[in-house]
Amino acid sequence: MNWKTIKYNRYLYPALYILIIVLFIAIPYITAPYTIILLSSIFMYISLTLSWTLFSGPTGYTSLATAAFFGLGLYMAGILGDSVPLIVAVICGGLISFILAFIIGAITLRLRGIYFTIFTFGLVELIKHLMLWWEINIVGVRGRFVPRADNATVFYILLAILAALLLTTYFLKSSRYGMALSSIGSNEEAAIHIGINVVNLKIITFASSAFFIGLTGTIMATRWSYIDPYIAFDPFYSFLPPLMAIFGGLGNLFGPLLGAAVFSYLQETLITRFPYSYMLIFGLIMVITILYLPNGLIGLYQTIRQRFIGGKHADTSS
Amino acid sequence: MLEVNTLNVSYGNVQVLWDVCLKVDEGEIVALVGANGAGKTTLLNAIAGLVKPASGSVTFLGEDITGYSSNAIVERGIAYLPEGGRLFPDMSVLENLEMGAYLKNSWNKRNERLEKVYEIFPLLKERRKQLAKTLSGGERQMLAMGRSLMSGPKLGMFDELSYGMAPKLVMEAFKMLETLRDNGITVFLIEQNVKQSLEIADRAYVLENGEIVSGGSCNALLESDHVRKAYLGL
Repeated sequence: MNWKTIKYNRYLYPALYILIIVLFIAIPYITAPYTIILLSSIFMYISLTLSWTLFSGPTGYTSLATAAFFGLGLYMAGILGDSVPLIVAVICGGLISFILAFIIGAITLRLRGIYFTIFTFGLVELIKHLMLWWEINIVGVRGRFVPRADNATVFYILLAILAALLLTTYFLKSSRYGMALSSIGSNEEAAIHIGINVVNLKIITFASSAFFIGLTGTIMATRWSYIDPYIAFDPFYSFLPPLMAIFGGLGNLFGPLLGAAVFSYLQETLITRFPYSYMLIFGLIMVITILYLPNGLIGLYQTIRQRFIGGKHADTSS
Repeated sequence: MLEVNTLNVSYGNVQVLWDVCLKVDEGEIVALVGANGAGKTTLLNAIAGLVKPASGSVTFLGEDITGYSSNAIVERGIAYLPEGGRLFPDMSVLENLEMGAYLKNSWNKRNERLEKVYEIFPLLKERRKQLAKTLSGGERQMLAMGRSLMSGPKLGMFDELSYGMAPKLVMEAFKMLETLRDNGITVFLIEQNVKQSLEIADRAYVLENGEIVSGGSCNALLESDHVRKAYLGL
């Protein structure tokens, strides 16, 4: 890299980011309500996918517990309702998910590979039935109404969650903790040998990922207005984040982000155009992606870029 | 520097180490030799805090470190290089080295330590951007050693340094140990390659079925009938 590009990047990127932020903040003033709702949905999926990637990406521990933390967030909105300001409810939703993930992590993050994955999947069912039992036997009614919030508020809170999540991911990646997480994924034994406290690091990261999922759940509840355990703890939300991340391409920050954005936009469009066969089309897209784009959209972009720019070998010059 | 006192280790009902006592002094190269399954790796794991001993104690620089967690022990200045090196295959040489300085006190000093490691192993500097999995066997061993130096250890413990290496590389690996000693690091190594490790070490212990059966200067061991018969085939 020569000095020209360095100088260029130094001014270009911050300017670009500021432009994007201003554009997003202006969106509720300049577009139709449908666009705001669509964008909110896309933001939700991006948040869930990035939260999932925060922990499962570098460590290689595939978590299927997203629906559990998302559902807890949704329920927090139902339980707190109008009694506290919306923003307080959202933070409570994040905290309760953080605490649960911390406890679950402390118990299960000694498990590796498929055992961890299966346990996290079981967790969703466990909490669902626990909530169901509680609602029927203790509360007496199944399901709750959630007070609605207006579209612009939901949009801004989601935007704020997403910004916080992006910043967290970015700083984690450039810190020694991010590298330590990757080293766990690369060779956990070696990570222990060089003195990384792998158990603590995994628990904290898993809980942080759950925190963002919980935040997202609480704010989304205000859009749905009614929840019960079956709606809140739908395993669909456990499977989507890994699928979206794979669709975009794991390995760098933009893969899961792009994957979630494209995937959720496709979903919204297909649902309205082909309400009966959209799941089928969806499945086909997924199969094609796994067969032909093993590195996701980012992988495709890199292949095309390489074809035009020409092969570039690893830089071994000193 | 390192003292192991009547250490007993069991896996479930099976006792692996029986009343092991040994001592490593500062500036020495000490070897622990023994056949497969004698309990050599278990002993290192117990010293490094990866296995909890049933009884006995481990003292390092006067401090009782028995039962400490592995990260606390790395922090005290013991680097443990397990068998086969255990690198991070999908990370670059530089990243592998940096991870060696993960603990907080080392992290701030990582750049000066990196220079030091590059000085000892200049090849690693050339290869710093390469992924660890693309290195050759000898280079991997170098990287593994370099990484263990990044934590700024006072004592380096090496498990089966010669494991799976060509004879010429084994010689080089042993020479690296002498380089480490010259750089102020005490070396405790574990070997099945009895002859060569006895040639390089100052003192050695012989571990058989979980018990230390003899110990002393390497010359004496090389001449003892038991060692000659059981390990050197003479």
